[in-house]
Amino acid sequence: MIVVNDLCKSFDGRLVLDSITATFEKGKTNLIIGQSGSGKTVLLKCIVGLHEIDGGVIFYNDTRFDNLDFNQKKKIRQKIGMLFQGAALFDSATVEENVMFPLDMFTEMTHEEKLERVNFCLKRVNILNSNHLYPAEISGGMKKRVAIARAIALNPEFLFCDEPNSGLDPKTAVVIDQLIKEITEEYNITTIINTHDMNSVMGIGDKVIFIHQGKKWWEGSKDNILDSDNKELNEFVFSTELTRKIKGL
Amino acid sequence: MKLLSAIELFGEYILLLKKVFSKPEKRKVYYQQTLKEIEKLGLQSVGIVTIISVFMGAVITLQTAYNMENPFIPTYLIGLGTRDSMLLEFSSTVIGLILAGKVGSNIASEIGTMRVTEQIDALEIMGINSASYLILPKIVATVFFNPFLSILSMIVGITGGWLVGVFTGVVSTQEYLDGVQYAFIPFYITYALIKTVVFAFLITTISAFYGYRVQGGSLEVGRASTQAVVMSSIFILLFNLILTQLLLS
Repeated sequence: MIVVNDLCKSFDGRLVLDSITATFEKGKTNLIIGQSGSGKTVLLKCIVGLHEIDGGVIFYNDTRFDNLDFNQKKKIRQKIGMLFQGAALFDSATVEENVMFPLDMFTEMTHEEKLERVNFCLKRVNILNSNHLYPAEISGGMKKRVAIARAIALNPEFLFCDEPNSGLDPKTAVVIDQLIKEITEEYNITTIINTHDMNSVMGIGDKVIFIHQGKKWWEGSKDNILDSDNKELNEFVFSTELTRKIKGL
Repeated sequence: MKLLSAIELFGEYILLLKKVFSKPEKRKVYYQQTLKEIEKLGLQSVGIVTIISVFMGAVITLQTAYNMENPFIPTYLIGLGTRDSMLLEFSSTVIGLILAGKVGSNIASEIGTMRVTEQIDALEIMGINSASYLILPKIVATVFFNPFLSILSMIVGITGGWLVGVFTGVVSTQEYLDGVQYAFIPFYITYALIKTVVFAFLITTISAFYGYRVQGGSLEVGRASTQAVVMSSIFILLFNLILTQLLLS
């Protein structure tokens, strides 16, 4: 479980996150939604420690994370897997080397054991016979799946996904969403996903937090998002002609 | 204001170096990475160093020969002139400037691209000291291998001068070899190698620094690459002056 209390962050005097308080539950897919520029990526990067926060506290289970030094954070970070918007695979490494990388760095496994784990992770994300291809040689959807395989290689307790569906066709996007949900439930991971894709929200949103103008505007599940009377949330969710017609607006 | 920002930049550079020279996460992985960098930054520079050195040695020989109008000046001084030019300046400083262009832009653009495609963030999330993992193997590789490039440049340059001198008939083999051996000061080689090591360190760290602090996209990566080459070249020339005064005075 990850708990965030009163989190504030500003850049050059401009407040980007304003007193965000939220609990991200274990074994569930926790979605952060909001318009582009609303602050959701900054929130995610603050939670994983890529941005120093200006105020508030962040807890990973019972450990306060925000005031740890680099070496102390390292121990928690080894329990974190992250899927970046552009996959962030290492260009100079093959698919196999990318997934093996965290195992090389943090385990004392033999090469055979590592290879077995790599193949297990790649099979789990349905990537077969592509071990020796480079990221430039595979499709966007495959890159995302390899990035998920790399993220789960060390059996993480926490999984972060920044816009996992960006740049993907709707069918592949659903496959990636389902994969993240399955992995979350299978390994009982605390998963936080940043998205503005309403298909994702309605498909896998166990818990949804709506960020608007740097503030937490609404919180609920995918089941009650359609019935909400929150004006800003409705403007965001029902922003297309099709969804407006469905809602009867 | 410019002085202040220069001091700030220097401070950032020192802080980056502090991060680079911290304890490696896993020595074995760093060792393997260093071998890869020796191949990429060192061995792949052998060709350009050889070609430039052979032509420069040849040109120095011809220029010395065609400028020796006084019949009382012995012809063997052509060999001496070529040797000293190669040893004192060309094999260290000029090769350093050429490597600043080739290796420096390579390092800055590689690290800069990794920054803008979130690959560095991915390393940080895994709990890896990205500065140390990416930059330290490059420093070790160039500081270790560039002296070999410098020695190669000396040998090939002097050989090039001999070949062209004999081929064009401006000097005989015996006279050239007499000149190469005449009044030889072995410390000149030590002086050239000390300069090469310092230049290798400057090229790698300055280029890595500009690559590491890139923010934005491909345009900024290109700009960082140019800045890296320009600043590396300026500092090579500055340190050439300082080291010459310190070592030869």
